[in-house]
Amino acid sequence: MTTSAPAPGAAPTEPVAPRARARKLPARLDRRYLPVLGTFVVLALMLIVGGTRYENFLTPAVISNLFINNAHLIVLAVGMTFVILTGGIDLSVGSVLALSTVITAALLQAGLPVPVVLPLSVGAGTVIGLAHGVMIHYFQVQPFVATLAGMFLARGLCFLIAPESIAIDDPSFVALASWVQIFGEWRMTSSVLIALIVVGLGFLVLHFTRFGRTVYAIGGGEQSALLMGLPVARTKVLAYVVSGTCAGLGGLLFAMFSRSGYSLTGVAMELDAIAAVVIGGTLLTGGTGFVLGSVLGVLVLGLIQTIITFEGTLSSWWTKIVIGVLLLIFVALQRVLSLRRT
Amino acid sequence: MRDVLRHHLFWPVAALVALLVANTVARPSFLAVTVRDGHLFGAPIDILRTTAPLLLVALGMTLVIATRGIDLSVGAVVAVSGAVALSHIASSPNPDSPVTVLTAIALALVLCLLLGVWNGFLVSVLGIQPIIATLILMTAGRGVAMLITGGMITTVNSAPFKVLGSGFWLGLPVAAVIAFGVFAVVAFVVRRTALGMLLEATGINPAASRLSGVRSRTLTWTVYTASGLFAGLAGLLISADTMAADANNAGLFIELDAILAVVIGGTALSGGKFNLSGTLVGALVIATLERTVTVLGISPLVTPLFMALVVIAVTLLQSPRMRERLTAARRRQVMAPAEPPSTARPDSTPDSTEVKA
Repeated sequence: MTTSAPAPGAAPTEPVAPRARARKLPARLDRRYLPVLGTFVVLALMLIVGGTRYENFLTPAVISNLFINNAHLIVLAVGMTFVILTGGIDLSVGSVLALSTVITAALLQAGLPVPVVLPLSVGAGTVIGLAHGVMIHYFQVQPFVATLAGMFLARGLCFLIAPESIAIDDPSFVALASWVQIFGEWRMTSSVLIALIVVGLGFLVLHFTRFGRTVYAIGGGEQSALLMGLPVARTKVLAYVVSGTCAGLGGLLFAMFSRSGYSLTGVAMELDAIAAVVIGGTLLTGGTGFVLGSVLGVLVLGLIQTIITFEGTLSSWWTKIVIGVLLLIFVALQRVLSLRRT
Repeated sequence: MRDVLRHHLFWPVAALVALLVANTVARPSFLAVTVRDGHLFGAPIDILRTTAPLLLVALGMTLVIATRGIDLSVGAVVAVSGAVALSHIASSPNPDSPVTVLTAIALALVLCLLLGVWNGFLVSVLGIQPIIATLILMTAGRGVAMLITGGMITTVNSAPFKVLGSGFWLGLPVAAVIAFGVFAVVAFVVRRTALGMLLEATGINPAASRLSGVRSRTLTWTVYTASGLFAGLAGLLISADTMAADANNAGLFIELDAILAVVIGGTALSGGKFNLSGTLVGALVIATLERTVTVLGISPLVTPLFMALVVIAVTLLQSPRMRERLTAARRRQVMAPAEPPSTARPDSTPDSTEVKA
């Protein structure tokens, strides 16, 4: 790092137009997969290092817990991937998650049955996502500002509904939350199952539907997508609806995990989701990235936490520093890759 | 009348006036300012004092946004600044000596300046998107602040340092004097020289401005450095107010409040034209809003809800489509067919966002 002024006439730093296929690279890996591969390598390295340093690290219990503790974040990251692929951003997911937990807890406390409560709490996220989409597309408010407003709105609504933490003791909800499938030493809870289903759906929708291809097209160039006659308005609004719904569902999973609804859950969780998506190899300018990459990103973040817990002597604030350094490495990697493409 | 309605500061000032009226209705003595113990005292003075850190951060943010960037790391820089200053004062044998305090302030400001330089380096030299480049420091910065304070909330007793947060100078709060002073100097430099125009040129089209001889890269680097420095100063004011360095909570969400202040003030996040007077009004609106919620006896926890409503109202009213509607409606009322299409106002055109890649 230097503080001197840059040399005049140095290379322009404008982002280069992403080109889908790398030419002159026969029989080699498609460049689009390189960032994801990088994430995978980091994940593998962390597993190897953890496995050699600590006993009981590479055990089914630890890996199962990795998924169980991060199921809600996986769902958030899937929704966030849709929005970031269109070139937008959703800052509200942490607050919407909290709103969903609070709605779930408050409605269950009021005695409503679970089949009524679940759609309502997820639906709250859908409605907020729809509002974002409308503000962003029809009123041309920047995504950052619109979802920032949504973030404050959801957080304020949380406090309006329940200033204090509400415990959930509805028997059928507890039964649903404590459903667990055991394969040998592997454990899978209902929330992990739901998260995996969401990942699968996200993958299918993005790669095998018209909507998914339009999402990529908008991220690659909104004007071009519009000129090609693609339904830009509908797709863009839908991307925010997907993200809002995922946040609502994430809140449900978090409520299952914590068995309570609390207004202060999920503070700064949107940053974790964005970090996971970026570490997973999705470009923030939109157009390139994969849902599975985001899942790997979440696992990397979760593993950092696990390793720091295993280390024991390291304080928790190292988590933040390590995540920052990892973000830097991945962003630099993406930058190098996109420069080499020109 | 139409000129007043169309002025870019109309809606933000209207929001501010509405808040002040609501306060005065709820508590008629709200606007009263009295002299007590040789300095001014009253709710308006208090609002000025609490606006100070936000104003500083929003000032840096406006400049960064003008170049089509964003600085998410300011909250973390606020925490680092407080942590450095208070740790230095706490570890010195003589916390009340002005030399210690001045060294602490200098240390904190230099470190924050360097953090700003780092952000600027990532954005202007490596060409990383601003939101991600500053996200790195936003995440790691609080960790660094924790590292400096050792995970504790450092508290100190130092009379000279306390002056920064709760002292008075010529009857006015020192914090407000510093913040408004810095604001005035920056506004003067930016608007009385070509600097402001060059910043706007960089924001509207970096490549074109570079080709026409504007040193865009140096300018971009400078605004991130300035943003870091101002955030550091804000951190000093905040930590001097509480006399504690809380790495987790100092300046939490101040980046969002600052972005809100900028947006309420009518500066578009897409870069280009910026509006410092709007930012000043925006910062005052946010500080007054927080005050209003307490005056009206609502739980301060619900404040975000009101913030959201203000932001949604102001951004929707400023959005191109709404302006189109409003002008169309007005045109129908006046029945003046020859009116030029006023939707092409430069500060509301979304065109600059289309110049992508």
